[in-house]
Amino acid sequence: MNRFLAPILALLSVDTQADRVVPPTGFTARLTVFASGAMAFLAVFALALSLATGRLAEQWSDALAQSATIRVAAPEGQVDQQVLAVMEILQTTPGVADARVLTDDEQRALLEPWFGPDLPVETLPIPRLIEIIEDGDGFDPEGLRQRLAGEAPGAILDDHSRWREPLVRAAGRLRLLGGVSIALIALTTAAMITLAANAALAANDQVIHVLRLVGARDRYIAGAFVRRFTLRAFAGAAIGMLAGLLAILLLPSADVGGGFLTGLGFRGWHWLLPLLIPPLAAIVAFLATRQAANTTLRELT
Amino acid sequence: MIEFEEVSYGYGGTGPLLSDINLKLAPGSFHFLTGPSGAGKTTLIKLCYGALVPTQGRAVLFDQDVRQMSRDDIAETRRKVGVVHQDVQFLDHLTLAENVALPLTVSGRATEMQDLGDLLGWVGLTGQVEARPPELSGGERQRAALARAVIMSPEVILADEPTGNVDWDMSQRLLKLLIELNRMGKTVLIATHDMNLIRAAKAQVQARVLRISDHRVQLAGADL
Ligand SMILES: Nc1ncnc2c1ncn2[C@@H]1O[C@H](COP(=O)(O)OP(=O)(O)O)[C@@H](O)[C@H]1O
Ligand SMILES: [Mg+2]
Repeated sequence: MNRFLAPILALLSVDTQADRVVPPTGFTARLTVFASGAMAFLAVFALALSLATGRLAEQWSDALAQSATIRVAAPEGQVDQQVLAVMEILQTTPGVADARVLTDDEQRALLEPWFGPDLPVETLPIPRLIEIIEDGDGFDPEGLRQRLAGEAPGAILDDHSRWREPLVRAAGRLRLLGGVSIALIALTTAAMITLAANAALAANDQVIHVLRLVGARDRYIAGAFVRRFTLRAFAGAAIGMLAGLLAILLLPSADVGGGFLTGLGFRGWHWLLPLLIPPLAAIVAFLATRQAANTTLRELT
Repeated sequence: MIEFEEVSYGYGGTGPLLSDINLKLAPGSFHFLTGPSGAGKTTLIKLCYGALVPTQGRAVLFDQDVRQMSRDDIAETRRKVGVVHQDVQFLDHLTLAENVALPLTVSGRATEMQDLGDLLGWVGLTGQVEARPPELSGGERQRAALARAVIMSPEVILADEPTGNVDWDMSQRLLKLLIELNRMGKTVLIATHDMNLIRAAKAQVQARVLRISDHRVQLAGADL
């Protein structure tokens, strides 16, 4: 990183006299500012998308970890025995990390929203609930069902939360796509700035010729262009980033249940991540313009 | 400081434009380079500051063979050789003063305003300091070009048709400036097809006249 930062810091110690030797170019200047601004704006959203889907994937896979439950409903007197049998089966089931019988209090808490707080759990024929914690790969639900049917006929495996699994995969994929988008945005910015820099270099071939005649080195000439494009890209990206952040701040907050769209935004220190966009745009512009300038100057004799 | 050994140069196509040129610009000397239009005067001057590389032979600038010089070396050489180009070019977005100071700027040196003022006074452009190049007359451009050529205090000054676009009085004025530079110890070479200018100079300074004819450089006889 230092290899890139040092020349950029040198750039920022603006040498106004040296910058004046290259005439201000309206069209390429506007193109650079606009392109990096638009790209920074998009990058803010790609970043937000990537972070939001990342959070979502984490939440959902946390939920998945405790997704399966077994209900044991049996005639009075057989319940405890069947619960024991189920626990034994679970201990030898591959993919089950842990299993736990919910306490009465926990069951009451689960039912409270439907039946109120005074439900006499002990006296009602309510099924016992066993929570299964899966390990990484999860268990084979069909195999488990068959074993349960044989040894604990009152036990029903409920793994309905598994429907979320493909969603978690989709969320992971979305996060990846967000990352790919950011990379594409960086590449597009590089391409646009290369085009703009090439246009500026071509438009200024007479200026380059004169500068050479009076003894300017290639590094000096390239520096004048590179400095200009780097600063423009930085300024454009800063504006685009602020606009993007503003747009995200102004997203209507329908914070019910934390649905997907309302999750699009930044949390905590993630708000600082977009601040990296303008320096990154500057680095991209620096490398692209330097490459363009070096190529052009080598070709121009 | 500038030495040619058997130098030939051609732009490709039909045979060499210049061939087997031996030339030595000794420190403090004053040379004219003459010959008809199209003879290769400008080409020879370009060989003298590394804008062109001989197709054959050796051009040695400040003890360095041009062929071995990097682009940075060439840039460095141009700081030691002041050139008044035939087609004087300036940066039109800068003022006259900034253009004259350009060699200092691009070599990262500060411009001493006092010195710049003196130099512009010497070439008689004090009143045009803030003017843009397109606003200048032919004579003013030539004098500005001369000022730019000497601002780095070069040892050698090459002037390609410096009096090309100016009237007789102005050409005398420019000649006087170049002779003054020579008296200060600078090596001067002026390319011109203007015989009257050469005659006027010979009355004031000891000058050698080189003539390009038949692709070669010869010392001109006493006919001048
Ligand atoms: N860049 C070039 N490419 C091809 N031919 C050139 C080039 N520059 C000059 N010439 C040709 O070389 C010849 C000499 O040109 P030049 O050195 O400018 O002569 P002078 O300065 O004596 O008038 C001319 O015939 C000209 O057309
Ligand atoms: Mg000529």
